[in-house]
Amino acid sequence: MEIPVEHKKMVLVRAGTVEDIPRGEGRCFTIQDRRIAIFHLEDGSFGAVDHDCPHRGGPLSDGIVGRDSVICPLHGWRIDLRTGVVIGQEGKSVKTYPVRIEQGEILLKVQG
Amino acid sequence: MKHERLIVIGNGMAGVATIEEILKKPSPPTITVFGGEPHVNYNRILLSDVLACAKTTEEIFLNSREWYEKHAIQLHPGVFITGIDLDHKQVIAQSGERYEFDKLLIATGSVPLIPPMKGVDKKGVFTFRNIEDTESMIQWAARNDRAVVIGGGLLGLEAARGLTNRGMMVTVVHLMGHLMEKQLDATAGAILKTEVEKMGIEVRLNCTVKEILGKGKVEAVRFSTGDLIKTDLALITAGIRPNVKLAEEAGLAVKRGILVGYHMQSSHPEVFAVGECVEFRGWTYGLVAPIMEQAKVAAEAIAGSRSLVYGGSTPATTLKVAGIRLTSMGDFQQNGADCEEITYADPNMGIYKKVVLQGNRVAGAILLGETEDGPRLLEWIRKGTDVGPFRKSLLWDGNGAQPRPIPVAGMQDNETVCGCMSVTKGTIVEAIKTHKLTDREGIGEKTRACTSCKSCGPLIDQLLEDALGSTYVAAPKVNDLCACARMTRQALRQVIQERQLKSYSTVKESGCLGDCGVCKPGVSFLLSEIWPKDYADERQARFINDRVHANIQKDGTFSVVPRIYGGVTSPEQLRRIADVAEKYNVRMVKITGGQRIDLLGVKKEDLPKIWADLDIPSGHAYAKAVRTVKTCVGSDFCRFGVGDSTALGIEMEKRFEGLYTPHKVKMAVSGCPRNCAESYVKDIGVVAIEGGWEVYVGGAAGMNVRKGDLLCRVDIGQEVLDAATKFLQYYRENGEYMERTYDFVPRIGIETIRRVIFNKISGEPDRLLERFHEAKSAVVDPWKKESRRPVHKRQFSDLTIVE
Repeated sequence: MEIPVEHKKMVLVRAGTVEDIPRGEGRCFTIQDRRIAIFHLEDGSFGAVDHDCPHRGGPLSDGIVGRDSVICPLHGWRIDLRTGVVIGQEGKSVKTYPVRIEQGEILLKVQG
Repeated sequence: MKHERLIVIGNGMAGVATIEEILKKPSPPTITVFGGEPHVNYNRILLSDVLACAKTTEEIFLNSREWYEKHAIQLHPGVFITGIDLDHKQVIAQSGERYEFDKLLIATGSVPLIPPMKGVDKKGVFTFRNIEDTESMIQWAARNDRAVVIGGGLLGLEAARGLTNRGMMVTVVHLMGHLMEKQLDATAGAILKTEVEKMGIEVRLNCTVKEILGKGKVEAVRFSTGDLIKTDLALITAGIRPNVKLAEEAGLAVKRGILVGYHMQSSHPEVFAVGECVEFRGWTYGLVAPIMEQAKVAAEAIAGSRSLVYGGSTPATTLKVAGIRLTSMGDFQQNGADCEEITYADPNMGIYKKVVLQGNRVAGAILLGETEDGPRLLEWIRKGTDVGPFRKSLLWDGNGAQPRPIPVAGMQDNETVCGCMSVTKGTIVEAIKTHKLTDREGIGEKTRACTSCKSCGPLIDQLLEDALGSTYVAAPKVNDLCACARMTRQALRQVIQERQLKSYSTVKESGCLGDCGVCKPGVSFLLSEIWPKDYADERQARFINDRVHANIQKDGTFSVVPRIYGGVTSPEQLRRIADVAEKYNVRMVKITGGQRIDLLGVKKEDLPKIWADLDIPSGHAYAKAVRTVKTCVGSDFCRFGVGDSTALGIEMEKRFEGLYTPHKVKMAVSGCPRNCAESYVKDIGVVAIEGGWEVYVGGAAGMNVRKGDLLCRVDIGQEVLDAATKFLQYYRENGEYMERTYDFVPRIGIETIRRVIFNKISGEPDRLLERFHEAKSAVVDPWKKESRRPVHKRQFSDLTIVE
């Protein structure tokens, strides 16, 4: 079976367990100089985006989480966690990362 | 029919409404109007808004002089008609001049009813009927302090509230056992009394005024019991009686009012009558909607057509008192044989709803506290709808939190949208199209809809939205808690209390919120304020600062501000702060504007360790809470000081520390009017004066500069604490989230604040203190050892990658 080229570059990262992030909050982790914010949404699902707000670099993991968005704690920019798009700021977005939960572990695919 | 001459006696709402209807007909007659008042036509029911400072006189005028000119209407303002000569079809003016008519419309309205009592001719005794009454009362109120309102009906209560807004201490004296007995039953009356008293208005029931006392000017009123209360103003609002003098003298059939038939014609075929002066099948009406209905019929009849018939009106009244929602309609007493009552009452919440059914049809209703169902119920009464199939949800749809959508799309064109002005859906929709209207104001201008009680506003918004589609721009709903909530803070407060919701999650589950995230901190504060003792604090619903008890900085680090009461520190405390700053490599040590020390650039994970090493209470510099109390040196050292500002400042700070508020609260105490602690520009500022203290509230020295309003002058420090406590608690309960006191105080008005928080009669001052103490006793210092244990293992730390 052929493996898509893209996949070859992706690495699976284990970023702790679901208990590490209280429901409705986010936490940050660093991998090779890159900071990523992971969110434990109220509905139990998880989402991950680049940690720094595209506005002034605010720490998104410290933001308040809405149903499917996070609000940057510095100046209130709101980021859709499914798409990474900044709501109301045309053309601005952050990168999103697929998150998978396996046996309570948070698994994240990032480019290696 | 051409150039028939119509004379209208009365330039009030009824007369002019009829004229407006007549002008819509082909070839209208030439019209001459006589008005006893020297003005153009105005909206009489909005006089209470003028008295309450909510509107100016200019804003309540309905038709301009240009309007009269444009329609070739001869207006004689201030000209009294003293007689009607039916034989010669003429009216006689005060000057003796005679004017001929082909048809006559009498719209003389009503006059205030003065109950038998002595002394009504004294200066300072008023009735409340026209612009002159209102303006002289406003002038009198500006120079005097106490008012007695005689008569606790609709008008009396609106006037009482207006006089309160004008800074007066008001007592309402009512003859009957409960307020507004013409519109309310005893239960609703009792709840309304409590609501009125909460506004600082004293209410005395079962009370007859026998005499107004004073030398030339009102000084007191005496009751039939012999009791006496001092007052500077007496307002008589004991009801109205139809003004029938002219008609009676002319020989027209008159009982209580001028008797009219189905076409609004009097006992003379060419004379018609509309408005408060008429009596139809034993009924007289003192409300606008019936008058508008009569106007349409009268206009049709005057034009010579008998196609419209007046069949009486369903009375529906809305009390226009800010802060009280009350609607009463139809026959709210259980009079008929097969009548039954459906009621819901929550007196503590000020809610009472009652629907009277007569054989599955709504006969009447009272809605107090929540009036959203008003338009729907009124329509059912008018149409005689069989409500049997939805009896269960007449008062309750099983989900009280959800604002019920009003099905405006399903309404017929001839159904009434604005009950006050009797304007139908069809009229509004047509006006939107014809005049390309885009907002409520425009519709009000063209159709008069939504210019009185405004409860039809949401319906009109829907009509606009339907008509304009995507081009519709919703008026900003300034009062809504959040874009995702679409309800006011007060409404959510009620839901939270009613349904005992004690956490953000349960509020969210109730369906009140869309969970956008933005309003989470506001809702959290609301919950903590309502349930200080047993609110379930959910960290995910709070701002990062409140999750880690420090203030986030632009680089994601935090700042730490220990509490330094009144800005007074000690060498030992300074040494400890210095040691901590060194140990944790604090990037900057800064003296703040609030007289304390800020340690900046602290890493999140170091926070609990820093608190432990400091061992000083939290300064709450990170929270929407009571911040600092800045003080000057005061009488201890300063050679000008007249008051011990440091001692009082420290006491204040200890009393209020840790208390969360709608927005931050900064305070100061200055030892003399030189004001070195800048008290005039604080949320709560105290200034020592010779022999006492002044307390200012609502000051600001930020983006805007505002000098605080003087709340009170008191003798001793304890009274300062007392006043500041009441104000602070009042702000906690009534401020919008993120509303600073410098917006809050002007919004509510300093007089109202004073009246509410200091008026002992109402019991509110004691309740405020009690609730404050309850809140304060629940305060926990998050930096203290007992509370320092993390609420979650990763409260302060990042995730770590598992290799």
